[in-house]
Amino acid sequence: MPDSTLVGLHHEEEHHPELLHHFADAQQQRDSASLGMWIFLSTEVMFFGGLFCAYLIYRRWYFGDFGAASKSISAALGATNTAVLICSSLTVVLAVWAAQTARRRLLIGSLVITMLLGLTFLGIKGIEYKEKFEEHHVPGASFSFDHVPIPGHPDQYANPRHAEIFFSLYFIMTGLHALHMIIGLGIFAWLLIMAWKGRFTPAYHTPIEIGGLYWHFVDIVWIYLFPLLYLIDRHP
Amino acid sequence: MYFGIWAALLLGTFVTYKAAFLELGRFNAAVALIIATVKALLVALFFMHIKGAHEKLLKLVVLSTVFFLFILLILSMADYGTRTWS
Repeated sequence: MPDSTLVGLHHEEEHHPELLHHFADAQQQRDSASLGMWIFLSTEVMFFGGLFCAYLIYRRWYFGDFGAASKSISAALGATNTAVLICSSLTVVLAVWAAQTARRRLLIGSLVITMLLGLTFLGIKGIEYKEKFEEHHVPGASFSFDHVPIPGHPDQYANPRHAEIFFSLYFIMTGLHALHMIIGLGIFAWLLIMAWKGRFTPAYHTPIEIGGLYWHFVDIVWIYLFPLLYLIDRHP
Repeated sequence: MYFGIWAALLLGTFVTYKAAFLELGRFNAAVALIIATVKALLVALFFMHIKGAHEKLLKLVVLSTVFFLFILLILSMADYGTRTWS
């Protein structure tokens, strides 16, 4: 499996060129990489967690107004984006498996498709943002949300100031998520270049594993963002 | 096996989307969030390989992350949620 042996240096196992000397063995090195990425993801959970906390509090306060605002964004596009990200997570695990089993073409193909799905996600997001811009739902000087009925109470209109809070949270949370997506695309572009150069083997494919962890995290954030932002009060 | 998880995730998305248009009152949010949590668990356990991990420290890190997130959400909401004035 490893492609070189240094006789006399490590008697328990063959020395893989990627094994760094402050690790006892390759498994420990892999575990450290994984642990490090997970600790970073913990900080990311708290990063998004603060925004989710703000969202939940305001939603509880202004439920009707948030419902009206939520109805104005396309649930179909949101659901499509959710499916796109789920498919991209599948291609990520396929890429890891391909690296584990030395399937170069599947590895490169999976990485490419992952990136294409990520770009699709961003494209759909762009369409949604454009819709919001055209409807004057972007918070700021040109924001307007007049005479929009609260779902379930057709005689009451939503408070535009409260709706503006919804849209502020919508743009900040999905914008931060999209930024993470763009960073993820950058990471995967680098992984693709490395994979193309043949740097990954069944013995060493750690960058793909931990890059995959990051991508799955971005997917999980969206899995929660979708129902919270898009599906507040959709029944007719 | 990955394809099974993938199918379950897509199914969960479809169910969430359709259920949102049903009249369930207070349970709309609960249903949506429960399905979302199941989906997140599937991704975390199987796609992120927590299920097969032998490192106990890793599982501790993941659990404590969720724990601290819950403290943030639950205590903040309990604070605002039990303010009966104004």
